[in-house]
Formats: sequence, C-alpha cells, structure tokens
Amino acid sequence: MTAPSPLWSTLTDPLVRQNPVMLQILGICSALAVTTSMATALTMAASLTVVLVLSAGIISIIRRHIPDAIRLIVQIVIVASLVIVIDQILQAYLHDISQKLSVFVSLITTNCLVLGRTESYARLNPPVPSMVDALGNGLGYSLVLVVLGSLRELFGAGKLLGWQVLPLAEQGGWFTPMSLMLLAPSAFFLLGGLVWALRSLRPEQAEPAEFVPPVTREAGE
Amino acid sequence: MNDLAGLFLRAAFVENMPLSLFLGLCTFLALSRRTETAIGLGVAMIAVMGVTVPLNQLIYNALLMPGAWSWAGMPEVDLSYLSLIAFIGVIAATVQLLEMLLDRFFPAIHASFGVFLPLLTVQCAILAGSLFMVERHYTLAQSFVFGLGGGTGFAVAVIMLAAVRSRLAYADLPAGLRGLGIAFVLTGMMSLGFSSFAQMVAP
Repeated sequence: MTAPSPLWSTLTDPLVRQNPVMLQILGICSALAVTTSMATALTMAASLTVVLVLSAGIISIIRRHIPDAIRLIVQIVIVASLVIVIDQILQAYLHDISQKLSVFVSLITTNCLVLGRTESYARLNPPVPSMVDALGNGLGYSLVLVVLGSLRELFGAGKLLGWQVLPLAEQGGWFTPMSLMLLAPSAFFLLGGLVWALRSLRPEQAEPAEFVPPVTREAGE
Repeated sequence: MNDLAGLFLRAAFVENMPLSLFLGLCTFLALSRRTETAIGLGVAMIAVMGVTVPLNQLIYNALLMPGAWSWAGMPEVDLSYLSLIAFIGVIAATVQLLEMLLDRFFPAIHASFGVFLPLLTVQCAILAGSLFMVERHYTLAQSFVFGLGGGTGFAVAVIMLAAVRSRLAYADLPAGLRGLGIAFVLTGMMSLGFSSFAQMVAP
C-alpha cells in the first residue's frame, strides 16, 4: 500500500480495495433492502454517510473520556441521537422517500457499518483521520448502493431515477420489465455477482479454500 | 389462540427476517460458516428477541406513546421520538446480560462468537422486531409471540445456510466466488424458496 499520503489512502482504500459491504461484510442489511430504486438508494447512502462521519468525529473527540466497559452503550446513544435528527429532517423535507424507507432510516442505528467503524477505528484515532476514514467507508457503501440501485431499477422497471430509460413493451416499446429484479432474491444474486466480479478483478481478495473446514477458522477474515 | 399461532408462522416464515426483509444479514452471513456457531446464534436470537420485544412493548405503551402520561394530567406529552434510544438501551442491556451468562457457562460458544456478540446489540433484526411491534400496534401477548417467531425464523434460516455452507467447503468453486460470493447466491436461492411460504398464511 504505497499511497501518496496516509490520509488519502485512508479515504480511498474503502472504496474498492477494502469495500465495507463486499469485503468486510458490514452494513449489508440496508444495502439490499433499499435498493429497489435509485432515489431511495441515494437518500439512504447520503443519510448513512452523514451519520457515519458525524458519529466518528464525536466519538473520536471524546474517546479518552469513554470508560471501556460501557463504550458500546455510549457509542450507540450517540449514533441513535444522530439518527433521530436525520429521521426528523427526512420526514420534514423528503416525506415521500422517508415513507418508502419506512423503518430502514431508524435501522441506521444498528447498521453494523457505523458501529464497526467507530469500534475499530474512531475509538483509537484522532478526529481528522477518523472522519476521513468514516467518509471513505460511507462512500464505499454508497458506491455499492448506487450500483445495485441502478441495476435493479433499470431492469426491474426500465427507469433510472424515475425517468423511463427503456421503452416498456406495453407502451409500444420493446422492454419487458423483469419483476424478479424488484423482489428479495435478485438482490442477493446481484450482490453475489458483484462480489464475484470484484474478486475476479482483484484476486488477492478471494478467500482461501477451506480444505479442513470444521477444525479451524482460518478461512475468510 | 389461532391468531397467535398464525402470527408465529407469519413472523417465522412469511416475513423471515434475513431472507425476505434483509434484516440481520451481517451476523447471518458472518456466523454461518459452522453449524455449531449457527445453532448458538439462533438460540441467542430467539432468547434476545423473545425478551426484548415484549419488554419494549411495555415501555412504549407505559411511557412513550402519545397520551401515555394522561394519568399524570399531561395528555399532550408525546415522547415517541425517544423510542429509538429506549429500545436500543433495552437491547444493549439484554445482550450484555447474555454475554456475561455465556462467558460464565458456555465459554466455547462465547469464544466462537468473538466480536459478533457485542454486534448482536446492533443486530438490525432485533431492533426491527421492536420497531415493527410499534408500527403494527401489537398487544403484549402478540409481541411476545412475534419476538419468538422472528427469532425462530432467523434460527431456522441461519442453521440451514450453515449446513449447506459446511458441505460446500469441499466443493471446487471459482476463486472469486468462494466464501462471501457463494453465500450470497445460496441466500438468494433460500430466499426464493421461502417466498413460496407467502401463500401459506392467508392474510
């Protein structure tokens, strides 16, 4: 990892090389549930990035004052307060989208990505690198969401951001929407395919084969 | 009684947390490498959800609901915006308790959980159980059954996935698909299968 500066690599590493969703298995729940359309995916990605950066900053500032034993509760309360603020803002200004997201905005609180990053990075590092790391991870998460959201909306409804891109067969065009794309299983297949594609491009991310599986947990991370 | 049985089946199979609502996938995928771990996780999920959902139902109805303070002469007080913090607090305390119990009595399971037991606090499925309970106005009995059903559905799904994955350890997969990739494809197939349960419980 020879990057020009440590901060820059902290920002760009999580985009592809250490992508939070595809490599660290963090934050998958929301990544799949909200990607039926681009608009919800973008809203979700923006909310999560804001919460992630702010919580990383706050926790990193007070990291020396948090007693180790109750740190989880402290972190969660900080994250939950930020999520309540975001939720209220969304309900006030983007009411339609917040209806579609339903409980998933509140579930940012329990997004493994937020707590995973504060627990493994912001708790141990000064504010500026922590916030940069959080921003990088937020962007990496957003990247996956946007890719999934655009694929599912394009093939599931022939639209992108609500605009009709592919002319539908029932309106005289040639495209028949694949409704499977809007259902749960396709999200799993797409993300699986995405992981496969990424790991074929970057073979160093592939997990080693498990020859003797039940004895040790050497495979994976 | 029949309603409660229906609710249990619905929570466990039709609205299966990981497979049809995408909830709790992080732990679902990360802890399904071995069947023993998966069974431990499943039992923990049933216990935590069975406790926290009714507990949160009590707290919400007694303290946070709009109008809950009318007995004290303050009918206009609406604390429902605090529900998120209250729910998370209850869940965190329950998980902490569970962690101490496991550490004391089942150190092997505790060790195999590793970093993921504290992350059970932030299990989307557990919090979502409480949030759905509020959204659908469940009574105490209903929320208990709903919690148990949701936990059972999670346990069934994670044990099945772990069983399939431990067989696949001997399969010759393409390098890029090993581990996480194939787990997603398997989950997708299981999700297809579970979607047929949608016909089982009449709305």
